[in-house]
Amino acid sequence: MAQIPLPRPYQDTEAYWSAAKEHRFVIQKCRDCGEHQFYPRGVCSHCLSSALDWVEASGSGTVYSFSVNYRAPHPGFAGKTPFVLAIVELAEGPRMMTNIVDCDPESVRIGMPVVVTFDDVTEEITLPKFRPA
Amino acid sequence: MDPRDLHRKVAIVGVAESDLGRVPNKSKFQLSAEASRAALEEAGLTKDDVDGVFTTIITEGGQFSSMLMAEYMGIRPRYTDSTSIGGSSFVAYVEHAAMAIATGLCDVALICHGSTNISDRGGRAGPVSGAASVFGPTQFEEPYGVSTVGSYALAAQRHMHEYGTTSEQLAEIAVATRKWASMNPKAMMRDPITIDDVLSSRMIASPLHLLDCCLVTDAGGAVVLTSMERARDLKKRPVAVLGTGEAHTHRMISQMPDLTETAAKISGRLAFERAGVSHADVDVAEIYDSFTITVLLTLESLGFCKKGEGGAFVSGQRTAPGGDFPMNTQGGALSYTHPGMFGIFTVIEAVRQLRGECGPRQVPGAEVALANGTGGVLSSTGTIILGRE
Ligand SMILES: [Zn+2]
Repeated sequence: MAQIPLPRPYQDTEAYWSAAKEHRFVIQKCRDCGEHQFYPRGVCSHCLSSALDWVEASGSGTVYSFSVNYRAPHPGFAGKTPFVLAIVELAEGPRMMTNIVDCDPESVRIGMPVVVTFDDVTEEITLPKFRPA
Repeated sequence: MDPRDLHRKVAIVGVAESDLGRVPNKSKFQLSAEASRAALEEAGLTKDDVDGVFTTIITEGGQFSSMLMAEYMGIRPRYTDSTSIGGSSFVAYVEHAAMAIATGLCDVALICHGSTNISDRGGRAGPVSGAASVFGPTQFEEPYGVSTVGSYALAAQRHMHEYGTTSEQLAEIAVATRKWASMNPKAMMRDPITIDDVLSSRMIASPLHLLDCCLVTDAGGAVVLTSMERARDLKKRPVAVLGTGEAHTHRMISQMPDLTETAAKISGRLAFERAGVSHADVDVAEIYDSFTITVLLTLESLGFCKKGEGGAFVSGQRTAPGGDFPMNTQGGALSYTHPGMFGIFTVIEAVRQLRGECGPRQVPGAEVALANGTGGVLSSTGTIILGRE
């Protein structure tokens, strides 16, 4: 069976994916302007500083939007439909793409509180996902 | 030089499509080149007149697009542009070409596009990429199953949540667009549909149904521009570029600042300011319709109605033939053709409407037309306002 597309960690993102592998959810915080950002970058998208720290995120957020997907967008998702594609707004502010899991897809609503959970897809890659809080 | 100085300085003098629909025996390069040949013939120009080439091919074999297509057609331009911002690229090229022509950087600009989207893979609204391992920022979206339709669905869901927009209102757009397609012999889907047909079509990514989604076809298109001065000596009545704008706000849908507002808010304002016309002056609008929600967000972002009122605006078949807002008069990406990037076809139809060439679907007395392209995942826009000369 085909695998879903998986991230190939690179300079900006190695720390994020290795934390996820340890079931830790980290995001970046800028030492110069104090803003959080997601996704990980080599510079702060608010002020262009390179002084970024990795911080443990609370892991909570709310559903900003979602869509129940009935068609596999890639052979790796065959047999995994329907799934909930969602943008979660983290408590720290930034938004991220994720899946809402461990619930009936039809029960997901915008504004719903969610918490992070970890999906160990392979030995190397763990995907942070979210479930109802 | 002020952008407003471009007003009526540059003209579109040739437009054409290639074979459309399912064209398995022709490459995307050939479709692009044949559309270019037809657009040049229409203008009374040859490839040797072309000194500016504008194109992008986002699929396999399309790297260095403007070099590739210029070489393919035996053109050696002195102005080149492979700007790649998705389906809006070809509308943004009108701005780039107008600037290049007005400043003398080139004399004859060729914008061209070809794609064999359906012959390559078939289906509707396919994956963003088929990569097994994802490098770069999209690795924060693709592992979660993001797709083009999934991305637009997120915007639709949010708009419904904030403003109470309904699936029926989105369906109004698909139904009205099909009515226009029924009057275009080149349109792929011409049988009438009802709002119920849209709502009962298969759910692809909630809240978007199959009939909320554009077609996937093979197609090519081309647009030729030159100075208004030179245009007056050519075969076709020139269509003037009145004002243009372009903008982008994000690459990935999770990074879109506001899921209910597109960059058309910026590109549209710029185009109206530079054209010196108001919304009421627009006789016909060609609005990129990758999905029904694309149209609704664009109409609001362009300021044809207030934010949140797009659903009411399109209700009652307002954008259909005979309605008071003629839109997507060739049948749009929803019913006419959509080779993965639709932008060039909004320009082609706007020009034909202003020339009065559209037969049964002609908007009577059209003097001012607006075309708006949207690229990526509601990421980029190009807006142009054209006028009869
Ligand atoms: Zn900063």
